[in-house]
Amino acid sequence: MGVTPCESRRRSTYSPNCTSQTLMPQTITHQFDAAGFDAFVESRNEPSWLTDLRREAWDHADAMAWPDRRHEEWIRTDNRIFQLKKYGLPAVTSPDVAPKPQMKEGVELGGSIETADSFTVSESLDPELAAKGVIFGDLSRLSEEHEILIREHLFTAFDPDYDKFAALHAAFFSGGQFLYVPRGVVIERPLHIGSMLSDGGTDTTHTLIVLDEGAQATVLHESNGVTADAGGLHIGAVELIQKAGSNLRYVNLQEWGHKTYHFAHQKAIIGRDANLQWTIAAMGSGLSKVNQSVDMVGPGADSQVNGVMFTEGRQHLAYHTQQYHRAPSCHSDFLYKAAQQDKSRTVWRGMIKVDKDAQKTDGYQRNDNLVLSQTSRADSIPGLEIEADDVRCTHGSTTSKVDEEQIFYAQCRGFTRKEATRMIVIGFFQQIFDRITIDSVRDALSDAIARQVREYE
Amino acid sequence: MTHVLKIEGLHVSVGDKPILRGVDLTINHGETHALMGPNGSGKSTLGLAIMGHPGYTVTGGSISLDGEDVLAMAPDERARAGIFMAFQRPMAIPGVKMADFLRHATTNVRRPDRKEGEELIPMREFRKELKEKMAHLRMDTEFARRYVNDGFSGGEMKRAEILQLAMLQPKFAVLDETDSGLDADAVRLASESIADIGREKMGLLIITHHDKLLVHNPPEFTHVMLGGRLVETGGKELAAELHESGYDRIRSAYPDAEAVNQEMLAEEASV
Repeated sequence: MGVTPCESRRRSTYSPNCTSQTLMPQTITHQFDAAGFDAFVESRNEPSWLTDLRREAWDHADAMAWPDRRHEEWIRTDNRIFQLKKYGLPAVTSPDVAPKPQMKEGVELGGSIETADSFTVSESLDPELAAKGVIFGDLSRLSEEHEILIREHLFTAFDPDYDKFAALHAAFFSGGQFLYVPRGVVIERPLHIGSMLSDGGTDTTHTLIVLDEGAQATVLHESNGVTADAGGLHIGAVELIQKAGSNLRYVNLQEWGHKTYHFAHQKAIIGRDANLQWTIAAMGSGLSKVNQSVDMVGPGADSQVNGVMFTEGRQHLAYHTQQYHRAPSCHSDFLYKAAQQDKSRTVWRGMIKVDKDAQKTDGYQRNDNLVLSQTSRADSIPGLEIEADDVRCTHGSTTSKVDEEQIFYAQCRGFTRKEATRMIVIGFFQQIFDRITIDSVRDALSDAIARQVREYE
Repeated sequence: MTHVLKIEGLHVSVGDKPILRGVDLTINHGETHALMGPNGSGKSTLGLAIMGHPGYTVTGGSISLDGEDVLAMAPDERARAGIFMAFQRPMAIPGVKMADFLRHATTNVRRPDRKEGEELIPMREFRKELKEKMAHLRMDTEFARRYVNDGFSGGEMKRAEILQLAMLQPKFAVLDETDSGLDADAVRLASESIADIGREKMGLLIITHHDKLLVHNPPEFTHVMLGGRLVETGGKELAAELHESGYDRIRSAYPDAEAVNQEMLAEEASV
């Protein structure tokens, strides 16, 4: 059956330009069903251990029901409109979409991986780093050569049985990335991962990052839709595994198109005296449901989680976060700042969990919201679950509007009302930027916010 | 041409409560006017009405700047026209650095026709000027990197307001209790700073309870507000007298205004 590019894009709800050169026809896709799964596995030429893993996950996924509003995490997030059958992985080739590297600007990189609709389209790694034993490339491709290393870590921070989305991801992940930094190796220059999604396309990338003892790395990971309004599906996972004394800065800028579904499970496992700075900027997608967890499993582990959320239109972004103290003397510092405009809504539900043995825990958790319209909404639900008795845990949540007195004050200094509001909104996020030490990341984030901020009257 | 800020028969209400009940005041460029009066008499209201605070409704009278109708202007247009107010309690704007705030403000005020999104004054040029002015006001340069009024002490806030006055170089400035909450040294510094900026270069309306600011900035005119009206006008000796002896003479000389003042105070207390 002949399908023209225009027709194929009818799957999505938005088609900016039928003659657009940025999209290729996707005539064959692997659907998320039994036949699609068999064809998908068949096409991949992966080692049997990985195929077996996928098959088990598919059996589970097939047997699992979709989460619904009876589940605690889905009370505020309605996924009934989501239809899996509208989506499928490209079977033959990736769409020809141009990458949108924002955090790369002016940065000398140590390596880079680009994906488009779950196809790895380019990989590079500084030969000097490769000589030191650093591995950075497509996860499937490396799964044979580095079987021991990957098998040891894959799905240790990610639980394929968490829910149906997780199981589907485990069965169908594609175009993933694997980074391994050997013991004591310090990577000065950032590594970059860019994931593009065509309008109506599907992305199931899996990111597995392993830092061995004393290793150091910075990873800049960005996800972009082909247009700001593009549709599509992302069912993804991120696993960050840090051995003792390692140091990771991981930045994730999520700018999927505003009609894209974004379901993700993201977890870090942080060992003894290891240090993680994890920054998330969630600007894109139409409906997001993300689980983010930092598990501190070795004494003295330290995590800082920074989040920026900025929504517009009818976006609904739900983030469920966890700071899990499983070992004594760990420190976790969590700050999410969110602004909502138009009819959008964010849901943040955070938990600091402290195991009985995790004495001397120092945990901090805060969520600030700036509600910018009468019709937008912020749900902010902090939580503590503490079983140890010698801990210091503080949490807080604020939800406010732009203060008219602030606007008036700025106007008295010559700012128009629009300029004043824009300045106040950008200032609201500054506290997060202050925590970011990489210039290009700060610039990319503030640009993303500046693009999203409305002209208020 | 000498600039003139002219207030005629000004009536201002907050909600449905009248505060100012017919204020007439003309300030010529280069003149310093002191505005004194007991609590609740409407002094700050006059300042906020001049700037166009949305909570203060002008129910009668006019304000003009060189013949232009000020009341028709939005607050930012008034700022760009050359009217400034140093706030008694300036707002904090977290996340916005003083330097960035001031660069934008200075650009808008110096280029009143600037459209949103157009270039700001060059960073180097601005930094140089800001540094000079801060040094002149004996302010640490670190100040410019702090967020606008965020976590400032009372004294720091007032000095920040004076720095803004120095940078924006308005035609007319209202100083609303720029001396309150400051210790003697800080008041002297603030007073000297205002004198240094050059009160002959602007028309000043100094709202104050005390006369400390006025020692360094002797007013040509002193106005006394009571019950939302200017009941008496004199020279700098009037300011000295009020500082010395308080408002008893005024209260008994203008019993009607005093009654209104008491009424307004009572209402304020009941809110």
